[in-house]
Amino acid sequence: MEERPTSVWSSNRFWQRSAAWVTGFSAMLLIWLTFDTGAQIAMGTDADLQNGVTKRVPAPTVINYKITYEMSDRRGHEVPIIGEKEPFFGKEWSVEEAADLLHLGKLTSQSKNCMNCHTLLGNGAYYAPDLTKAWLDPAWSEEGPYLGMTGKETKEEAMAEFLMHPSTYPTHARMMPDLQITEDEAIGLVAFLKHMSSIDTNGFPRNFGRMQGAIHGK
Amino acid sequence: MVNSIKTNEFKYESEKLGMMYFRVAAVLLGAQLLMGLIAAIQFLYPNFLFEIFDFSVARMVHINALVVWMLYAMIGSVYLLLPSETGIETIGVGIGKLLFWILTAAVTVVVLVYIFVQIGAGTEASIWFINEGREYLEAPRWADIGIVVVVLGFLFNVYATAIKGERTGVMTVMMANLLALAGLYLAGMFFTDNITVDQYWWWWVIHLWVEATWEVYVATIAAWALMQIIGARRQIVEMWLWIEVAMLFGSGILGLGHHYFWIGTPEYWWEIGALFSALEPVPLVAMFVHVLYDWGKESGSQGGKATLANSPAFAWITANAFGNFLGAGVWGFFHTLPQVNIYTHGTQFTSSHGHLAFWGAYATILIGMFYMGIQRAHGVKKMQMTFSTKMAFALLNIGMLGMTVALLISGYGQVLIERAQMGATWEGFFVSQNATWFLQGMGWRLVMGAVMLVGFIYLVLDILTIGKNAKLKEVAKA
Repeated sequence: MEERPTSVWSSNRFWQRSAAWVTGFSAMLLIWLTFDTGAQIAMGTDADLQNGVTKRVPAPTVINYKITYEMSDRRGHEVPIIGEKEPFFGKEWSVEEAADLLHLGKLTSQSKNCMNCHTLLGNGAYYAPDLTKAWLDPAWSEEGPYLGMTGKETKEEAMAEFLMHPSTYPTHARMMPDLQITEDEAIGLVAFLKHMSSIDTNGFPRNFGRMQGAIHGK
Repeated sequence: MVNSIKTNEFKYESEKLGMMYFRVAAVLLGAQLLMGLIAAIQFLYPNFLFEIFDFSVARMVHINALVVWMLYAMIGSVYLLLPSETGIETIGVGIGKLLFWILTAAVTVVVLVYIFVQIGAGTEASIWFINEGREYLEAPRWADIGIVVVVLGFLFNVYATAIKGERTGVMTVMMANLLALAGLYLAGMFFTDNITVDQYWWWWVIHLWVEATWEVYVATIAAWALMQIIGARRQIVEMWLWIEVAMLFGSGILGLGHHYFWIGTPEYWWEIGALFSALEPVPLVAMFVHVLYDWGKESGSQGGKATLANSPAFAWITANAFGNFLGAGVWGFFHTLPQVNIYTHGTQFTSSHGHLAFWGAYATILIGMFYMGIQRAHGVKKMQMTFSTKMAFALLNIGMLGMTVALLISGYGQVLIERAQMGATWEGFFVSQNATWFLQGMGWRLVMGAVMLVGFIYLVLDILTIGKNAKLKEVAKA
């Protein structure tokens, strides 16, 4: 069926081979990069946290530490900084407890379909705020409006209370619906959010909470 | 299309099976539009169906209907073109029909659970039986496994038929590409507590579908359709196809990097993602040139007069050439560089691009394939546009373009206020969402969505009647 080509550039065989080589090369490169990235994004360990070893995705026990988001002069953008220890829901969580809690939180985030209103790491729907650094959001800080609204002492308790009864705290015309989130699930979700805020996202979102209308999140 | 059941002029059972897939695809397209309208109303009137049918539910069904109708139309198109490419009846077409009913029953159950159960408790059981809560891949795990089984059966049919029948270049690309397309689905079928690892593999499915294998799929069926409609020479069309495969995979596979800028993955993805995704529009320009050049140059080159055998299908394929370039190429490029994307990531910018890209790159050509199927169902030699074809074409395309521009304007407002001005906080988000210019954009989006719905009604009218009427005309002439 193939007519005799007048030049290699109009030869189907040449282009067929080119397609195979280009595809094969790109796929191999992607697989190689996946191995490298896979190692870099594997969750760290509790020992890493204790020894101050920086991981892109820290261990679940990061919930026992204070997290901030600060400009790194070396990298030219903001990075999460893991500071001293602080209680989370009034206690320090063991390695096992923290892992179970994060597991429950991640499962709940999926089964409640968070991603079809919110964005997580910037991915999802665009109907509700991005949750990447929600844990660090100034609105939930001691100067922000939400602690008072829920009548709670700490950020984590205020967030859990809001998650359990979102439509009783109408903060905006666009409200979060009641998703029958239990107390355990709410605590898990807050742990999931705190853990997510400790992930090194290469400076996304930029200038987080530093502008007018938002008090600095520390 | 209901009439096509009665007037069955198919030469092959495989073509009939293709039409069965098209019918469900058209119904799901309607469902997608309705869900989109509900979600669009909720942007303006947040109390609409609050705690009854929330935005998250409408949006989930909206995007799942999208994915599923396109997969249906893609499988249908393969069954439609298999006999004409291989020269034989599809092997295992009986199994194919059985699998069609199994898949359709499963899709019905999944959608009913989405609509009536909506969400579950934070347990593994919810992921297995209600929804997986991962955008686009919400299908619960049991359905994932069912989909894998059905697709394996489909792949068997395609491979067995192509191996036994004639093996054209179109079929070679189709076989290799379908294997990759199906295999990638497996990357989205596991649970992990690590959200970064979760999204890393999630993008393997989403990106390597819509920016690599689905694009190659479109190039393949466009090649087939050009030979069928304008009688382009196989030699020319297949050469273009191989060039497109090289360029699409060469840019698209590593273009995956543009989803790895901000999810916790290393910084080197900035350079890789920027470079390769900047190249992604190049093959889309080539595909655009290909269709228009062949139309001018290749029409009737295999003897016969330079006429269009199926002008409605050809109109939609031309819309695909424009839409793919505009929606995927231009709209994708202008927020793909990390320097821009750090501000636009996760805003209405993305949704503007997503709408025009899915429409331009996929919906258009798949609607074109509906018309190719109808032509065969009625044994029509030359099918011409009717008033309804033109109305559907105009309203659907104008509606989508209008919606895209409206979302883009809202997106600009959101990016400048929420991201640049207010530092991406919770408060910044809500201030941007209440900004007048944001809301005006959302208003126009709703209006344009309604325009699309009217266009869809014309489309349904047309596909129900065009084949029968064209056949009656041809019979009367003879």
